[in-house]
Amino acid sequence: MENKNKKILLKVENASFYLNNKALIKEVSLEIKQGEIVTLIGPNGSGKSTTAKIALGIYKKIEGRVRRFTERIGYVPQKISVDWTLPIRVIDFMSLTEDLKNDQINVALNLTGVDHLKNKSLSNLSGGEFQRVLIARAIAKKPELLVLDEPVQGVDFKGEIALYELIKKISEKLNCGILLISHDLHVVMSATDFVICLNGHVCCSGKPHTVAKDEKYKELFGDRASNILSLYEHEHDHSHSADGSIDPKK
Amino acid sequence: MFDDFFIRALIAGIGISLVTGPLGCFIVWRRLSFFAGTLAHSALLGVTMALFFEINIAFSVFIISAVLAILLLQLQKKTKLPNDALLGLLAHASLAVGLVVIGFLTSIRFDVMALLFGDILAVNQNDLLVIWLGGGLILIILKLIWKPLFASTVNYELSEAEGMKPDKFNAIFTILTAALIAISIKIVGLLLITGMLIIPAATARNVSNNPKQMVIFSVIFGLISVLVGLFTSLKINSASGPSIITATLLLFIISLIKFKKVSELKK
Repeated sequence: MENKNKKILLKVENASFYLNNKALIKEVSLEIKQGEIVTLIGPNGSGKSTTAKIALGIYKKIEGRVRRFTERIGYVPQKISVDWTLPIRVIDFMSLTEDLKNDQINVALNLTGVDHLKNKSLSNLSGGEFQRVLIARAIAKKPELLVLDEPVQGVDFKGEIALYELIKKISEKLNCGILLISHDLHVVMSATDFVICLNGHVCCSGKPHTVAKDEKYKELFGDRASNILSLYEHEHDHSHSADGSIDPKK
Repeated sequence: MFDDFFIRALIAGIGISLVTGPLGCFIVWRRLSFFAGTLAHSALLGVTMALFFEINIAFSVFIISAVLAILLLQLQKKTKLPNDALLGLLAHASLAVGLVVIGFLTSIRFDVMALLFGDILAVNQNDLLVIWLGGGLILIILKLIWKPLFASTVNYELSEAEGMKPDKFNAIFTILTAALIAISIKIVGLLLITGMLIIPAATARNVSNNPKQMVIFSVIFGLISVLVGLFTSLKINSASGPSIITATLLLFIISLIKFKKVSELKK
């Protein structure tokens, strides 16, 4: 299949990163190809954001090797704060790293549902609104590689699902590679091509259903987490009526 | 109508405020006020070096400021002292060393007051050339690096991740600041240049809602301050440098009133 020859966008090989002599991550390797969504999961402090920052070249003093094969990168950081002294509107922020036409900005803001905030100050946005603007900015420049560090934090439940659907749609439409960090195991298991389970090092990795069955994954997230997948993948041989009782399929 | 020296002072002041406006905005945005102050303090040492080695004052000040900036970066890496302590250390140490060295230069008649507070009325044609050529160059470079510099000002990691090379442009910005201090030391003096950088920008923040607007207002407030300050010093015979800075302060106070009104309206 020709599809197998998709362009590699990012390659991290045996990367370790130390801060004050303490290893934040150890010998992490990953690879992202065009049109592929790779997700990092793991408990707090397991080095997910660190791995993303190493992949992006923000942390440079590392052991191992990082190669990026594209310069068109969109990044949604986990946390960003803009000082009050800097007056900046959403529209100014949109073309922060690349000059965009007005309609490009409108389209992107529209996709994440915040086009009405275009002329608002960044400092006046709510947490969820800010996340939507961050995502819009990252996709407006039509990147080849998207790095999303918990992109839907603070977004309302309905919006969360819509945004993950959007991310999936964008990866298909732009054929870009995505490195996603998420706590939402449901999403990870249903919308990802490859899962890397981190806990300072790579615990286990593979296709979502392989990882879900992995003992190490169960150890890290508990048995219930591995059932999440079956929630999504099991064939329905029945349906539920409104009161919860089972109706056999006709 | 006016004496030549006054016309020269006006031209010099206008030239300086065109540069301090945009540069000052970045200094306020990046929280570098104290850093700019430290560079300005080191300028005294730069001037004494210029007199000692008989070289151009602006050039010497520029070199000393740049060396100090590099020294600061090294100290930040090697010690665990907080940034403000390091800046205070460098600012006052370089000021002290400069004053000590001046004491030895007995052969030269030297007006320390003019150095601290500037003497815009003593500007000659040569100085004007330095200000307008140097200032023009600073502005052109700032315009060229605006995008990456602004991106790194908003968020370092974001700009690094998306290939804007923030380290490089932060370094260039430091050099531009040193250059501005070098060309303006004679006009407003080393104690007041920081005021000229920060106060018009702070005033502009109160009346702006986007970065470009803030830069434009910052330049306008700087220009008004220079004009008001100079004409006042002519009328009431006050010291010209301090008069300019006093004018910036007045504008700042007025902007606070306006700012309050605007934010009340929003409620």
